[in-house]
Amino acid sequence: MSQEALQRSTAPRVGGAPRVEAAHATSTRRGVEVRGLTKQFDDGYIYRDFDLDLRDGEFVSVFGPNGCGKSTLINMISGMAPMDAGSVQFNGKPIAETRLSYVFQNYRDALFPWMRAIGNIQYPLKLLHLDRKSRDRRVESLLAEFDIRIDLHRYPYELSGGQQQTISILRALITDPEILFLDEPFSALDYEMTLFMRERLQHVFMKRRNTMVFVSHDLEEAVQLADRVLLLTRPPTRVAEIVPVDLPWPRDAKTLSNPDFVAIKSHCLDVFSREVARGQ
Amino acid sequence: MKAITATSVKRARRGSLANRLQPAVGPLLLLALWYVAAITGLLNTRLVPAPGPTFVTTWAALVHGTMAHDLTRTLVRVLYAFAIAAGVGVPLGILIGAKDRVYRSVEFLIDFFRSTPSTALFPLFMLMFGLGEESKVGLAAFAAFLIIVFNVAYGVLNARKTRILAARSMGASTLRIFGDVIFLETLPQTFVGLRAGVSIALVVVVVAEMFIGGVDGMGHRIIEDQYSYNLKDMYGSLLVSGVAGYGLNYLFLLIERHFVHWAGR
Repeated sequence: MSQEALQRSTAPRVGGAPRVEAAHATSTRRGVEVRGLTKQFDDGYIYRDFDLDLRDGEFVSVFGPNGCGKSTLINMISGMAPMDAGSVQFNGKPIAETRLSYVFQNYRDALFPWMRAIGNIQYPLKLLHLDRKSRDRRVESLLAEFDIRIDLHRYPYELSGGQQQTISILRALITDPEILFLDEPFSALDYEMTLFMRERLQHVFMKRRNTMVFVSHDLEEAVQLADRVLLLTRPPTRVAEIVPVDLPWPRDAKTLSNPDFVAIKSHCLDVFSREVARGQ
Repeated sequence: MKAITATSVKRARRGSLANRLQPAVGPLLLLALWYVAAITGLLNTRLVPAPGPTFVTTWAALVHGTMAHDLTRTLVRVLYAFAIAAGVGVPLGILIGAKDRVYRSVEFLIDFFRSTPSTALFPLFMLMFGLGEESKVGLAAFAAFLIIVFNVAYGVLNARKTRILAARSMGASTLRIFGDVIFLETLPQTFVGLRAGVSIALVVVVVAEMFIGGVDGMGHRIIEDQYSYNLKDMYGSLLVSGVAGYGLNYLFLLIERHFVHWAGR
């Protein structure tokens, strides 16, 4: 990717694209299109002829029974794990040509402990051959954008869990990805930190409006953050239901006790319980 | 475990002087034992000279005699052997460890040669490289190389996959992943290999100096001392060799602590 392309892409977008527009997807803004995805493990098919459409610029949470392959799904969509058959396109182009980032569950294993926090955040830019000056400039503007107050000259192991995962997310955002994959990013954090990080992530989403695919094992979190919740079945995995979450942003801790929120969450839980029971 | 750690921490805080002297207790005890055994005639002083005269002779040999030269020669050989072993062993270990299949197919070879006493290869190396420097350095390099390559390959094989995946998701090329991630990820295990390697290189060099023709080096000095019954110098040479080995190991530990600051954290 050229440096100009990068700079162009960082130009501030005016507001976020209104929801309605995303629904009337044009030919170039078709979002994620998964077609005929097939993956076989030793004990049978985990995905067989699986189709899925995600809209450009929406926040999708992925939730489902144990072993339904939530992480496998986003690994295959993002191109990090091979699939046996099928294709994935984003806005009409192959996913390999898409600027994407990935946030891992285990930040300890995903950050580079030999680099300071600042080095970690800048690393993707180094891979893009940006010079030091433009790297520094981009980090500065990213930090200003999200009002981050972490001493970036520390090593990751000198930071708290929440701070480390924040660094991970900043590292993922520095390339201004078109699509961001998050694999249970908050599951290793305590509840207080999780609530804080959910707000921080929403803040990112509301500013950037890039497509987010968020795997969670926590239904509350899945509903709180999403435009739509993708509920999966047991393997061979299909889409059980895609539940829209029409609640205003941002959704803070108060939202969690809002009757609409509770209704959506309990509906998701019903679908989930039905799918869990079906497998037994 | 935790209780013990807590106690030792508490102990460390109390009386730092006593704490710092603790490691000296063992050596001082051994010295005292040596001294007492010598003056009471428990040990035959013709076989084991008393500590005082031994130290005096050693000091004189180091400062005015040829011991410093022998020590330097030995250390230079160790350095060459180690440089060759590390220069070949680290990159090769990374390559071997990177592919599970490659590692499996050479694992037996490495284990076999690692289990073969390197000193048994003296005759072979003498045939191949003659009686000069090449065979001494070559054999030590070979022994150190095996340990280094094994440790590095093992470290790469067991490297956490998440960081590699993370780098790949950012679009890093395979070459960059090797240089930026796998090499550093493996560094703690690499240092285990390097430290073991430098120790074995010293052992092999000293033994090689004894048996592969030569005119200098600590091994040569020790065997000459034994032939000429120069026992005070022999014990002195043993002590100095020991200090050299310990020093090398400690030096690598310091380097490791500096470069691998993240290990275990």
